[in-house]
Amino acid sequence: MAQQYRVLIGKPGLDGHDRGAKFIARALRDAGFEVVYTGIRRTAEEIAASAVQEDVAAVGLSSMSGGHVRLFPAVIEALRNAGAGDIPVLGGGIIPDEDIEPLKQAGIEAIFTPGTPIETIIEAFRSACRKHHSHRS
Amino acid sequence: MELLQQLHRGDSRSIGRAISLVEDQDPAAARILAGLDQTRIEQSLVVGITGPPGVGKSTLTAGLIRHLRDQNQRVGIVAIDPSSPVSGGAILGDRIRMMAHALDREVVVRSMATRGRLGGLCASAGAAVRIMAASGCQTVIIETVGVGQTEMDIIRLADMTVMVLAPGFGDDVQAMKAGILEVADLLVINKADQPGADKLALDLGAVFTDTADRDLRLLRTVASEDRGLDMVLDRIMLMAKQFRQDNTLQKRRQHSFALETMDWAMEMLRPKISGLIAPGGKTDPRLAAQEIVKKLGQESSQ
Repeated sequence: MAQQYRVLIGKPGLDGHDRGAKFIARALRDAGFEVVYTGIRRTAEEIAASAVQEDVAAVGLSSMSGGHVRLFPAVIEALRNAGAGDIPVLGGGIIPDEDIEPLKQAGIEAIFTPGTPIETIIEAFRSACRKHHSHRS
Repeated sequence: MELLQQLHRGDSRSIGRAISLVEDQDPAAARILAGLDQTRIEQSLVVGITGPPGVGKSTLTAGLIRHLRDQNQRVGIVAIDPSSPVSGGAILGDRIRMMAHALDREVVVRSMATRGRLGGLCASAGAAVRIMAASGCQTVIIETVGVGQTEMDIIRLADMTVMVLAPGFGDDVQAMKAGILEVADLLVINKADQPGADKLALDLGAVFTDTADRDLRLLRTVASEDRGLDMVLDRIMLMAKQFRQDNTLQKRRQHSFALETMDWAMEMLRPKISGLIAPGGKTDPRLAAQEIVKKLGQESSQ
């Protein structure tokens, strides 16, 4: 049986525009992923706690409101505090070019913007999951 | 084994990982399952919540979690959604309604996909329930959409089953009547403030021959406003007590033990059987199956 990957898609912060998050969730499902969707307006701690309980191999975050600079690293921090700093975090949304490098420095595995082809996004999740599974047990 | 120790201390990460190892059929799974605290498992109560999509199962479940937490119980939830038969993927969204409890360490939620295996999920879900019980959850809720045979099988893992319905699902109810009677211990009409609730209650009430029994087992709720949930929980606890006294619970657990064992056995045999199926066989599938079973029997007696 092919390895089944579980990922979490979440929206940290107060921004309620979830079209992007839902689009990615559906695209990942269609690519064979099991996607735990936690809905809008979550805190970094809620997303981290859910990722731990669900034992996902990767977390995907979406932001449309400009909050990513603070919120994406906050999720990484919350995961570390929950003893799950090994779970890779990927992010996407309305993210200006100049923010991408600092976010990667902060530990975000990959950043996707409106122009990113969906195949690239799926492949990034697949490779993050594969890497995580390889040193799982 | 450290994972096992951490799990029994209630550590979220270990519980999550243990369930994954079982779900992915990792070789470590057997050792984890064999090491679970059987006393905790025996003392736990497993409640199945099912019903058609859109009736408010997740909202009702979230409400019950709140009431169970008020009673200071540690609660586990196994929320099951169907896998896509095309891609094998799934969107697991039941958690959204339960996010109010996301930071509560005494509420353990696990979303699972059916993964398209016949019955196989039954085995994984049963293991998830026991892992949660062993971690100290006094009540474990299995939530699943009640439409197909797989869901029926999952519900059989529960000590008792709550069927949730809502006005506006009339035709579904007609179709489900036989099934409802066979599996549900409690019938809950959710969204009872909406038009059609009285008619639904009348329809469902006709299912019971005894009015006292009907009054005990047919309840109304408005889960989104926390109306009637205390009553549902009272009935669940009352019934649990009764089931323990009259041995129903023990009998049901024995039954689900047999059911799960069968599932695991089938799951383990599956790759072997599939290797023995000759492609493009010209005889009838029934005959081909007979040959395979004969071969398996010869192998095991050697």
